[in-house]
Amino acid sequence: MSTTTPTRARSGAVKAPDSGKAGRRKKRSMGKQNLAGWLFSTPFLALFGVFMLFPIVATLVMSFTDFGQRNVRRPLEANFVGLENYTKLFGDDQFLRAMFNTAYFVVVGVPLTIGLGLLVAILLNNGIERARTFFRVGFYAPVVTTIVAVAIVWRFVLDPTDGLIAGLGDELGFTAPDFLGSETWAMPSLILMAVWRNLGTVMVLMIAGLQAIPTEVREAARLDGASAWQELRRITVPLLRPTLLYTTVITTIGYLNVFEEPFVMTQGGPNDSTLTVSLDMYKQGFSFFNMGYASAMAYVLFVVIMAITVLQLRLMKDNTK
Amino acid sequence: MSAVTSTRRGNGRARKPLLYVVASLGLLVMATPFLWMALSAFKTKKDLTASPPVWIPSEWTLQNFRDLLDQLDMPQYFLNSVIVAVLVTVCNLLFCSMLGYALAKLNFSGRSKVFGVVLAALMVPANLMVLPLFVLINQMNLLDTYAGLVLPFAAGAFGVFLMRQFMQSIPDELLEAARMDGAGEWYIFWRIVLPLVKPALATLTIFTFLGSWNNFIWPLIATNDPHKYTLPVALATFANDPNRTVGGGNGMLMAGSLLVVLPVLVVFAVLQRHFTQGIATAGMK
Repeated sequence: MSTTTPTRARSGAVKAPDSGKAGRRKKRSMGKQNLAGWLFSTPFLALFGVFMLFPIVATLVMSFTDFGQRNVRRPLEANFVGLENYTKLFGDDQFLRAMFNTAYFVVVGVPLTIGLGLLVAILLNNGIERARTFFRVGFYAPVVTTIVAVAIVWRFVLDPTDGLIAGLGDELGFTAPDFLGSETWAMPSLILMAVWRNLGTVMVLMIAGLQAIPTEVREAARLDGASAWQELRRITVPLLRPTLLYTTVITTIGYLNVFEEPFVMTQGGPNDSTLTVSLDMYKQGFSFFNMGYASAMAYVLFVVIMAITVLQLRLMKDNTK
Repeated sequence: MSAVTSTRRGNGRARKPLLYVVASLGLLVMATPFLWMALSAFKTKKDLTASPPVWIPSEWTLQNFRDLLDQLDMPQYFLNSVIVAVLVTVCNLLFCSMLGYALAKLNFSGRSKVFGVVLAALMVPANLMVLPLFVLINQMNLLDTYAGLVLPFAAGAFGVFLMRQFMQSIPDELLEAARMDGAGEWYIFWRIVLPLVKPALATLTIFTFLGSWNNFIWPLIATNDPHKYTLPVALATFANDPNRTVGGGNGMLMAGSLLVVLPVLVVFAVLQRHFTQGIATAGMK
């Protein structure tokens, strides 16, 4: 069988380089790779199917039912209620408040986090030569710490009587507001903490982006007498656009899901002023066991997240063209 | 040295001290909550409630840590957190590198579809899954078990993405040569590919371990029995407990927060290079 093929190949009829012994072996190994590929994918896909895909679909199904506490034991006995949960949501003042609060968190928090992250990245990448690692570690440290623990710490930093900022106010002669106890200040306080915590991620990504910008471009601009501000506006920001959009996308997704900060620091209060969609969903689902209703909340949030992400990714595509 | 660089240096030198001052001030602001936590953990009740607040304890005490150990079963919570984080990490290392290898190096029919699934999974928020996941884990009788805490996080899309990125840089010729010599895919994966991506495995280890250590919403939902609480759940429960004694309770909370955060900060300081590498790799598609 295999004796004729090499002869033919040697005789010059080599139009198809994949024919012959090597070709067959390659083909056989392709078949093997096909099987191996699926075998190597199986553990992930199995776990993904059971613990992710199934819950994603189940949330959607549950959102059309009156899934309640008794259904935790007997899920199949939940009744189909159509769009009732969704229509109820848009007349639910508490949920609308949660939507507003979440939007507030994103609209104020994302630009602050991205802007400060970019400034710190430029500072550390272009200005600092010595102890660069030391600074980078310092700014990134809050990212890796346990959010519950740091939220507890921030609660005390912001405390109106024994807190750090209140104490600073006493010394410098101003009265610090009761940050977490005031409807006006509670949300900005949570945003402040989120910016403090997430700045480092943006910084690290921005530094990676900055280092991909060829130094010649920067040097040419300097030779032409560009000021630092012109360099930032005309060179750094345009060339960083893919990184800027990527960090904006991940920060936005993260902030739309914000949960731990209000859970630990304010429990949503005072007077629902820090109730976020995730926290509202948790309360409806796991405190009151209105799980069908909570599922509808989860899906509304998901649709918002997808819409914003798609919008941002589209912007990214247009810009890289 | 060219003229360009020397002028730049000249400019730089004039600006430099100011930039260091700015960076140091920024760093100080970032570090303040940590310093406050660390110092408060050693304060007496009197110092904790002093007005104006005192920075340095007038009298250093370990009482907060003693109270914490007396009132909360910290060793148990610590053990729970460690067990869950270790199991999650081991599972992720294995499953994510397996799929990463398939996506980077195996030419199989559904490859692009599977990769699409991974990318989609990267974007799905955990919030979307917790409600039925709770029902599912409850149906499987896995509430208050390590399995219930571990299984939903046993294979993350981020890990797959990370491993694929690293494995793509391994030359195909190397694997092709091994295949010519008759090596099977498992052998190639285990003996050739994994040793070559040790830095990536280290990065994934750190990320998964810390992700699990810091995870809050799922252990909060999946545990009712205080014996199965992880550290963050125990801490948050204690923090929100209205019966917590006011002055001393605050000191205990600072001590507890310090105990949760300190191991993370130490690990991070030692291995920080892997962190920045991992984040940067995930960011550059």
